[in-house]
Amino acid sequence: MSDTFKLGEKEFTSRFILGSGKYSVDLIKAAVNEAHAQIITLSVRRTNTQKHENILEYIPDNVTLLPNTSGARNAGEAVRIAHLARELGCGDFVKIEIMGDTKYLLPDNNETIKATEILAKEGFTVLPYMYPDLYAARALRDAGAAAVMPLASPIGSNRGLSTKEFIQILIDEIDLPVIVDAGIGKPSEAAAAMEMGAAAVMSNTAIATSENIPLMASAFAEAISAGRKAFLAGTGRVLERGAESSDPLLGFLR
Amino acid sequence: MKNQFYVDGKQLSGAALKRKHELENDPSTRTDCMKFMPGMDQIDPTIRNTVLDQMNSYDYDKYTDMDVRRALRKRRIDVEDFKALLSPAAFPHLNEMAERARYETARQFGNTVYMFTPLYIANYCENYCIYCGFNCYNDIHRKQLDKDEIRHEMEVIAKTGIEEILILTGESKKKSSIEYIGEACKLAKEYFRNVSLEVYPANIKDYKYWHECGADYVTVFQETYDAKKYETLHLLGHKRIFPYRFEAQERAIMGGMRGVGFSALLGLSDFRKDALATGLHVYYLQRKYPWVEYSLSCPRLRPIINNEKINPLDVGEAQLTQILCAYRIFLPFAGIVVSSRETKRFRNGIVKIAATKVSAGVSTGIGDHEAKYTHTEEEGTGDEQFEIADTRSFDDMYGDLEGEGMQPVTNDYVYVG
Amino acid sequence: MKVNGEKYTPDGKSIEEILKERGLTKEMVAVELNEKILPKSEYGSYVPKENDVIEIVQFMGGGC
Repeated sequence: MSDTFKLGEKEFTSRFILGSGKYSVDLIKAAVNEAHAQIITLSVRRTNTQKHENILEYIPDNVTLLPNTSGARNAGEAVRIAHLARELGCGDFVKIEIMGDTKYLLPDNNETIKATEILAKEGFTVLPYMYPDLYAARALRDAGAAAVMPLASPIGSNRGLSTKEFIQILIDEIDLPVIVDAGIGKPSEAAAAMEMGAAAVMSNTAIATSENIPLMASAFAEAISAGRKAFLAGTGRVLERGAESSDPLLGFLR
Repeated sequence: MKNQFYVDGKQLSGAALKRKHELENDPSTRTDCMKFMPGMDQIDPTIRNTVLDQMNSYDYDKYTDMDVRRALRKRRIDVEDFKALLSPAAFPHLNEMAERARYETARQFGNTVYMFTPLYIANYCENYCIYCGFNCYNDIHRKQLDKDEIRHEMEVIAKTGIEEILILTGESKKKSSIEYIGEACKLAKEYFRNVSLEVYPANIKDYKYWHECGADYVTVFQETYDAKKYETLHLLGHKRIFPYRFEAQERAIMGGMRGVGFSALLGLSDFRKDALATGLHVYYLQRKYPWVEYSLSCPRLRPIINNEKINPLDVGEAQLTQILCAYRIFLPFAGIVVSSRETKRFRNGIVKIAATKVSAGVSTGIGDHEAKYTHTEEEGTGDEQFEIADTRSFDDMYGDLEGEGMQPVTNDYVYVG
Repeated sequence: MKVNGEKYTPDGKSIEEILKERGLTKEMVAVELNEKILPKSEYGSYVPKENDVIEIVQFMGGGC
């Protein structure tokens, strides 16, 4: 059985999305290979005049690039960054990341909805990073998002699924892939997100800050795959309540 | 087993009888039930198509004991699980279904049961729906209440303590015009806190108007979601237009109504498919319009005037219980109405498991509430749509519900326009 | 005028020449002129003027 998920026009078998921040460029290829990621996020930055390493040289051709709009503080800036990313010539995927608060780095859902609407209309495959709010998720869906990417915990915190209940609501109610983003610290947490029914998990810091990047990347890949299998197998959850068979509930039936 | 619906009334002229027989026996004399009539709003058919596709491909015999067990263990019931719970394989698990349903009902509604009274203000009808007492060929006393009579009925009902009224008419837009129904809503607003309508399907602007007149809830029964069967049951009139009826709730929502009610009339067609379609109709609309209140009814066929033999065939009380438990488990948020078509015994039992709304002090006749309430004869009333099974008054119902450990509620809502 | 936020005195060089000066190739960058994308086909012909704001960007590592 092939178990794939779709973002825009593209279909993926790997449910591990790799963030490439905090890596040394040399390690990207190894991590991609170990984790079998088919999607990797990149940021768009001003060229610096000292060093001109081209990160694209280290990413295999069959990997889909997902440029993000990090650095954008509002919808207008995110749209500009998305345009630049597309001009760089690696497809029309974009992850919208808009942060208007430099202390907590939480995504601004309102601005994200605006940017999503503009970019989806322009033909981008838009993956918005968001705070897991049901109404915002619906608005993003209506604006044309190809998925929603709720945060599990504050970005870079490695604190795990602190928004678990709210992510579950998005998974239950939104007919789009839900990709759990930001804050996942351990493979076990990635597995838990997949068991809940997430379509994919994105991880970066947890791998980048481990002592053995290829090994941790591989651990994430296996955990995500295990969580996915558990979800498909339908473990579900036993309700936390005892049976009350002493009460003849159906006694009224003739 | 089959119901014999056709009855030839002695009042019918030779020409009428000829037309009636033509409609019954020769499908080519009937109009295309899938074609909208001029003047009928047409909206996005996505939900209708999705529901009907799901229903048409539903093969309930393929579900196994394992599927049912797995569904009952899950936190969140998806469409496949709902299909399993409506299948024959779920029937042996009725007790577990009832327990899960009771848990979901309690979680969402506590132990409250909402009470309301239906008020039929006219029984004129332009449709020939062969199972219905109001059908245009049936020989019954027709009546339409005028404003004073409506006011009188409402006074009588309001005195009992009821705060929600459900206004019903037969489906005759000529006799019971948009304006007539609007005026009835305005009157109802004086006596009741919550005004619901169960009348012919209308256009968005009509729902908007009725909403402005004070109505806030619209119920339309699809009767059966099986279009082929539908065609053979609704032989004449506006009601024959299957898709227009299907989309009534969505139009009502677009017109600004706060809530909408749904149902198939169980016993008309394959009840598992009809129950599936009813549940999915709510499910998909809720995903599109999450701010709206939804409720499901579960009427089974009843005997009518001039045809005592009509019955719900294979939908016994246990099958009905299975359906209601499946609705509750799949749609924990939805209100479930159990009407006076069912017995006192059944209603007392089902409110503890799945039902959240019951009618009381019911008459399906026209202008006879006072007579019913005071046990006297009244002259000049209109005949009933069907026979009811539970004749309890508001007070009796209130007392019985309390006795069963439930909390009867007459209102939980404020109309805010 | 400014290039990547730094002051730059227009010297008659085209965008293509400015890129070359910085050791960049056309393929690895995108260029924004006054908040609008400058098509790659215009790199050779466009000569920045006074008050132009030029951004030259490329992909870098970035994630969560």
